[in-house]
Amino acid sequence: MEKIREIVLPGEEIDLMGNKPGNGIYIENGKAYVEYLGVKTVKSGYLNIIPLSGRYQPQKGDKVIGKVVDIMPSNWVVDINAPYLAPLHVNDTPWKVDFGDTGKYLNVGDTIIAKIMSVNEVKQVWLTMKEPGLRKLEGGHVITVSPTKVPRIIGKDGSMIKILKDMTNSKIYVGQNGIIWIDGSIDSILKVVGAIRLIEREAHIIGLTDRVKDFLSKNKKENDENGRN
Amino acid sequence: MGGINKDIKLIDENGKRIDGRSFNELRPIKIEAGVLERADGSAYIEWGNNKIIAAVYGPREVYPKHMQDPSRAVLRARYNMAAFSVDERKKPGPDRRSIELSLVISNALSSVVLLEQFPRTAIDVFIEVLQADAGTRIAGLTAASVALADAGIPMKDLIVGCAAGKVDNTVVLDLNKEEDNYGQADLPVAIIPRTKEIVLFQMDGDMTFDEVEMGLNMAIDAALKVYELQKDALRRKYINLAQEDEQQ
Repeated sequence: MEKIREIVLPGEEIDLMGNKPGNGIYIENGKAYVEYLGVKTVKSGYLNIIPLSGRYQPQKGDKVIGKVVDIMPSNWVVDINAPYLAPLHVNDTPWKVDFGDTGKYLNVGDTIIAKIMSVNEVKQVWLTMKEPGLRKLEGGHVITVSPTKVPRIIGKDGSMIKILKDMTNSKIYVGQNGIIWIDGSIDSILKVVGAIRLIEREAHIIGLTDRVKDFLSKNKKENDENGRN
Repeated sequence: MGGINKDIKLIDENGKRIDGRSFNELRPIKIEAGVLERADGSAYIEWGNNKIIAAVYGPREVYPKHMQDPSRAVLRARYNMAAFSVDERKKPGPDRRSIELSLVISNALSSVVLLEQFPRTAIDVFIEVLQADAGTRIAGLTAASVALADAGIPMKDLIVGCAAGKVDNTVVLDLNKEEDNYGQADLPVAIIPRTKEIVLFQMDGDMTFDEVEMGLNMAIDAALKVYELQKDALRRKYINLAQEDEQQ
């Protein structure tokens, strides 16, 4: 792989360097061009463009946080922050739901963790909750970040999210669609939100982990002092 | 706008224009990408005295539902002039002119955006003219194309444009307000820079065929200069993000 990843812009001609064209590349008259703003990467023989901005594009297997926006007799309609609303059918939930009784289990405004079961060629999305860990979220606080920032918030092998959880003693769930659910005391929620905004803002400056730790421990000290007074 | 003032001298003896430019000189241009927090993508452009903001939302669900297309996305651009953008207060709301410009801008952008990738969605582009000084449709379109790229929307290429026109029987580039109001013709052109395909071409006034051809060539050459500024604006915003990926 190249040392420096350069930014590519739509319409830019790109050298495939012997790779096959992957995501974000179109071919015209035998030449390869970039479709959207991003950075080049090579993975298993394909040259892909990783987007640096844009809306969440549903991918099969992603775990997302969504909000129920509509109820039908045998399914719910969920907003997952994507270009499309996603239906969740009663057969794909852990509950035994009678026809027309969907409202007893999930109501409009409820927030759930769901998995993307399938995405077809016309981008229709189906959700499922039939898996351990997928559930209705009760309590807590929900914030939205850019989906392109999600890997940064999770960190390498979940290192960043572990710091956030351990240092604030809160429950955090990061959906692939950029929606984050945080539960804990009011102080810890505020601390996590502050830390996440810091990550969003300063992810490109070296030493992010240390700065997040600093931020959290500084806050902790202040809170402790406040508690004593 | 409009009105003819025969007394005003738009080009002096040395061939300099009213603002001191030569016949083929652009006004100073400044482009900035990602200026709005809430929009999916945005851009701000200062083209001479024009000040325009463009915002992109989407792809998102189409409302009203009957506009939805099962095979592709619909791109809806709205060109709007602020009430305070011109000398005499502009009555707010869409009028004949802004409806037409919204349509030609939508069509121009639709020709590069890969709409087939987002069936049943809408991509909304809002172009707000804060201060107008001739050439707003092209400046707005240039900003809108930067905003689309900022929103991460797949497209074949950026779109860039420039206007030419005829003033005091001379073909000149990038008319300003006086030249637009008291000149003889205005010729806005927008192209796809890579292929030089024309995506927007209008003419207001009278020009001979040769003059049109000359104006068109001048506008295309100038548009390619503006294209560099567009790319520069996008790179400036995203250079940090690329470094961040580097670390990972």
